[in-house]
Amino acid sequence: MSETLILTRRWGTKDSATLASYKSAGGYGALEKGLALPPSAIVDEVKASNLRGRGGAGFATGLKWTFLPKDVRPRYLTVNADESEPGTFKDRYIIEHEPHMLIEGIALTCWANDIHTAYVYIRGEFARQARILEAALAEAYQAGILGPKVLGKDFALDIHVHRGAGAYICGEESALLESLEGKKGYPRLKPPFPAVVGLYGKPTIINNVETIANIPWIVEHGGAAFAALGVGKSGGTRLFCVSGHVNQPGVYEKPVHYNLKKLIMEDCGGIVGGRKVKAVIPGGSSSPVLTADEIDVSCEFDALKAAGTMAGSGGVIVMDDSTCMVRALSRISKFYAEESCGQCTPCREGTPWMEALVHKIEHGHGQPGDVDKLAQMANNIGGQTICALGDAAAMPVQSFVKKFRAEFERHITERRCPFGDHAWGKTQESRDAVVGGMRA
Amino acid sequence: MPNSDLRSPGAWRDLPAERVQRFDAELAPLLKRYPADRKASAMIPALRIGEHLFGHLSPEVMALAADRLGTTPGRAEEVATFYVMFFTKPKGRHVVELCTNIGCSLSGADRIFEALKRKLGVENGGTTADDRITFREVECLGACGTAPAMLVDEEMVERITLEKAERIVEELK
Ligand SMILES: Cc1cc2nc3c(=O)[nH]c(=O)nc-3n(C[C@H](O)[C@H](O)[C@H](O)COP(=O)(O)O)c2cc1C
Ligand code: SF4
Repeated sequence: MSETLILTRRWGTKDSATLASYKSAGGYGALEKGLALPPSAIVDEVKASNLRGRGGAGFATGLKWTFLPKDVRPRYLTVNADESEPGTFKDRYIIEHEPHMLIEGIALTCWANDIHTAYVYIRGEFARQARILEAALAEAYQAGILGPKVLGKDFALDIHVHRGAGAYICGEESALLESLEGKKGYPRLKPPFPAVVGLYGKPTIINNVETIANIPWIVEHGGAAFAALGVGKSGGTRLFCVSGHVNQPGVYEKPVHYNLKKLIMEDCGGIVGGRKVKAVIPGGSSSPVLTADEIDVSCEFDALKAAGTMAGSGGVIVMDDSTCMVRALSRISKFYAEESCGQCTPCREGTPWMEALVHKIEHGHGQPGDVDKLAQMANNIGGQTICALGDAAAMPVQSFVKKFRAEFERHITERRCPFGDHAWGKTQESRDAVVGGMRA
Repeated sequence: MPNSDLRSPGAWRDLPAERVQRFDAELAPLLKRYPADRKASAMIPALRIGEHLFGHLSPEVMALAADRLGTTPGRAEEVATFYVMFFTKPKGRHVVELCTNIGCSLSGADRIFEALKRKLGVENGGTTADDRITFREVECLGACGTAPAMLVDEEMVERITLEKAERIVEELK
């Protein structure tokens, strides 16, 4: 049985980003269909689809939409294309290969929720993707798909691209809004949630690019069909981004509950040089790490939660048995320390402190007791901050220490890194990167 | 009078008029994206245009952005210093940024980083003696599947090898 592909079906086909190509494949048919339905019918289909947010938290999309207060206008949609969690690299390919699918998803979302202005917040480093999206938007305006009358219907819609300028924290939804309002990206205290008080103080839906790109398929095929592709309370397929020491890193579209081990060992062609898996981070760098024994698991949100980790943003980072776990944590901790916005004391002070201590241990300068200190510090950050970056920084530390404690202790007792100068470097050239089934 | 008047709202008047005109022309279409009473939303786009036209975000350029968006130079400065892609100090003619985050690091970025620093004779964030290249490491570029990745004047280059990276920096004039 061939697997259903929703998002990647046309990736790599010629001119897939153009309106003509999208239309010839039936594109904007879902919008036509949707505009003939009452908005509430679309919300109902999305609820029935069991679509859960692909940006990290996995919150039910249809339910999120119902949090908009009934009678405050205007309302806004902001699409989160910040894509900055290490290990995650899928939204950019949606924009590169299927920008019109995203635009159609935005139009349907806006129709469903009585929204007339949408912003796509795209990270500043995605200059090329921003240009592709702008070009697709221009085509859509030209064709009367956007503007004062969407497909001739009495429904006005504008979609704007807003480029960021390099700040991981702007992927956090309330920081994204601050940034979009022209300020530095400081997360806001919640509640109130953006659905109630969002952009310019107005009710605002924030969804990830992949989340929104699924909407046309759901409208076309019905929520039940989408739900049936998944399992339990999670419907559909999902884009898994696999990186690190696999033979074929890349983006793989699979059912939400696909087996993690199968993904790595079969789809991605196993580990470079026939080595063994040592550790896998399943959902972007903030999700707790799994050991090789723990990867025979479903990637579905609740299943990974039960396994003590997170499906997060779908970024699967694979490390082979030559990897120094202290070094790996050191690099991840540096990231969170760099990206802390500095508003909350535990995060501002704690993240560099953790980084410094891991760094010290890595280079053989750790003291007995340092590993406990490190774990304790992480415990003092998690749950104590305005936004989830604090947790995101704490979780890798807690899980690395818990699962690879012996390796940390060895660095301390041997006063050096037992892995030598970290012979990392299976450069990409020798491997095939795969993007949605084709070679990148 | 150094510094004391750098945050002065009128400081932009010292900028060359012709380029201020270009700034206004490039900003105008972007302003239409935001509600008329929310012009400050265009701060990032305005600063980006300013940096491209004037080389870096000097106090005068920040004052220009603030003036056009109806806000204070202090607010422009806050934004300019918060986002890593902005330069508030002069930089080289080209900016080369290598990702060394986990995906790129697992794929050999660390060695490339050390080798490029040596080749260019700079420390992280430094500019070559001939002002040609500013080189630094950056956080995850969202290219872990085609790692290591590099930004060259804001354009992404993927599947970097040491040879490829060296060739790229040699060819930048
Ligand atoms: C520190 C931090 C960074 C985040 N970065 C991103 C991001 O880059 N892209 C994204 O879609 N969501 C990101 N999120 C999650 C968003 O806050 C938000 O939950 C998401 O965009 C909602 O969309 P969804 O419901 O479709 O998943 C981040 C959250 C945190 C706490
Ligand atoms: S947790 Fe960290 S990133 Fe989030 S608001 Fe607090 S200081 Fe900023």
